[in-house]
Amino acid sequence: MEDFIQHLINGVSLGSIYALIALGYTMVYGILQLINFAHSEVYMLGAFAAYYTAIGLGRALGADLEPGIVFFGIVLIVAMAACGVAGLTIERFAYRPLRQAPKLNTLITAIGVSLFLQYTGQVIFGADPKSFPTVLEDRSLVSSGGIDLRLFDVTILLTGVAFMSGLHYLIHRTKTGKAMRAVSTNRQVASLMGINTDKIISMTFLIGSSLAGVGSVLVGMKYPQIDPLMGLFFGLKAFVAAVLGGIGNLAGAVLGGIIMGLSEEMVVAYLSSTYRDALAFGLLIVILVFRPAGLLGKWQTEKV
Amino acid sequence: MGYEAMLKHVLAGLVIFAATTGCTRKTPVAAPSESSDDSHRAQVAMTGDILIGEYGSMTGGEATFGLSTHEGVMMAIDETNEAGGVKGRRLKVIALDNQGKPDEAAAVVTRLITENKVVAVLGEVASGRTLAAAPIAQQHKIPMISPSSTNPQVTEVGDYIFRVCFIDPFQGTAMAKFAHEKLSAKKVAILRDVKSDYSVGLATFFAKTFRQMGGEIVIDQSYQSGEKDFKAQLTQIRSKKPDAIFIPGYYTEVGLIAQQAKQLGIKAPLLGGDGWDSEKLYQIGKDAINGQYFSSHYTTESTDSVVQDFIKNYKAKYGKVPDGLAALGYDAAKVLVSAMERAAELTPKNIRDEIARTKDFAGVTGRITIDGKRNAVKPAVVVKVDGTVNRYVTTITP
Repeated sequence: MEDFIQHLINGVSLGSIYALIALGYTMVYGILQLINFAHSEVYMLGAFAAYYTAIGLGRALGADLEPGIVFFGIVLIVAMAACGVAGLTIERFAYRPLRQAPKLNTLITAIGVSLFLQYTGQVIFGADPKSFPTVLEDRSLVSSGGIDLRLFDVTILLTGVAFMSGLHYLIHRTKTGKAMRAVSTNRQVASLMGINTDKIISMTFLIGSSLAGVGSVLVGMKYPQIDPLMGLFFGLKAFVAAVLGGIGNLAGAVLGGIIMGLSEEMVVAYLSSTYRDALAFGLLIVILVFRPAGLLGKWQTEKV
Repeated sequence: MGYEAMLKHVLAGLVIFAATTGCTRKTPVAAPSESSDDSHRAQVAMTGDILIGEYGSMTGGEATFGLSTHEGVMMAIDETNEAGGVKGRRLKVIALDNQGKPDEAAAVVTRLITENKVVAVLGEVASGRTLAAAPIAQQHKIPMISPSSTNPQVTEVGDYIFRVCFIDPFQGTAMAKFAHEKLSAKKVAILRDVKSDYSVGLATFFAKTFRQMGGEIVIDQSYQSGEKDFKAQLTQIRSKKPDAIFIPGYYTEVGLIAQQAKQLGIKAPLLGGDGWDSEKLYQIGKDAINGQYFSSHYTTESTDSVVQDFIKNYKAKYGKVPDGLAALGYDAAKVLVSAMERAAELTPKNIRDEIARTKDFAGVTGRITIDGKRNAVKPAVVVKVDGTVNRYVTTITP
């Protein structure tokens, strides 16, 4: 029984990581109807920005630097800023020139940017895995009778839920959010109403990408091993989670992430790790057959 | 939406396809006929520098394997050149990177043999990549010495393929003996990487030997390299309360596994093989890796003068303590040099014959004798991780 509870904790903890990254995918899709495949690489860049900041601070301050909330805060802000800048740059140079082109062109460009960043990362950072420094000490919150609940697990889940609520507020309660929804509904009409669509789209990328920055630091702390291809593993799963929950829907991204995490955990525990990915994608197929828009997504007919 | 994800893979696949076909087209595969095999042999230069090829993972997830080996090889070659070379000719190493990919390993070895016309090839660390490249060396009849591929199939490719390390059955058997005799373990759990021939090989031979000695394998779990979360498997292992856990994986995952095992309160010692041997293991695993055991090819704590000289010179040259792979790279190059010195003429055939006659060669990783199956017969050492150094525990002989 305690094993089962432990599996539940592990699964939700893994799922909340998928959820955090899935939020970025779903946000850009919600506004632009573009699957930003480069999102997982922005996340990778965030992890490396955090890595070099932490190493640099460690060198500069030496023994004065202790893992703690201040150190964590600095690293987090740098990672968010780096991801934000990366997201803006990608949007400005790769996606904006294609704004009027068919959606498939932008999609293929996104795949290109993703591969470009993966391999450039291997040249610049080196392909061997690096050990992420300790910026905050993890500790056990509950540890009794074979059940272990840790600080990082709770932090990641709460961060995911907090960002989901924050984004929901931003999109549905603020003026910027209203403009985002307008751009999402009809870009031409929105610009006729005096909305600077380029600015709103940049804003979307800025917010979505800095979320990846938060994710990268939290994941780096939980699994302290980073490499230039790290986006591939969590990125693809997070993308599936976003689609599963209903892409474009914020609560759906979190729900999809948790479902993915839990089902993977249970499959590995009670069947075999070989079926891990088979299950993730099998689940996706089943859900898309019965609910093509995802669990919480609303089915919309294409505008012609 | 799965369509887009699929597209991503298809595109990547196309790029790889284009790259590999581009490489293979350059080298027509002609089976050497038995009657006139001399005409098919690669022609090697008989004057000037002696060219030796080396291939390894200088980049990629296992880059430290290739780089350490290369440093060991270069030290052996530089020492030989400083002492006047072989038969008055200097040695020159042409080292190519295979990015840790088997198809790339086959491509670079083809290049070393057909374009650079090397007289012998050194490499690789990972058995999967050596297996991809060995048939090419065999076909062109160029001797190849793998410093550290432990999968038995490697030297079965043909009579030109050698190695200077022990093989998986022995490593798995040695750790089973160690668990049974030194740790008095009765119940052992296994966590193997199902994507790696190396890991599966070690796990299989460990289980076989451990059961023969009366022990019990209480649970046999698996993972796939590249994963980062192992808590599902570890929670299952924890419920069986094993005396020890055998994890024959590579350092990249083992560091994370050790940390997560510690978080779940697992106190049983973790055991592994030479795939753990990298300084990254301590960086990723931190204090969770402390006190764990793995089998290795050599120990820095040996009092043998060959070993101590090697460590002293390596530190002077590279400013760090050599790991097991550097030591094996050094030994592989030294075995090759010694065979070249004994060979009457520096033809690939003569060099091959002399490598096969290697007996009681005093290497850094122990006394090396090449047996009839072109494998090295030598002992394994078991070390215990203590901070960032490996303390010698015991030696297990074949």
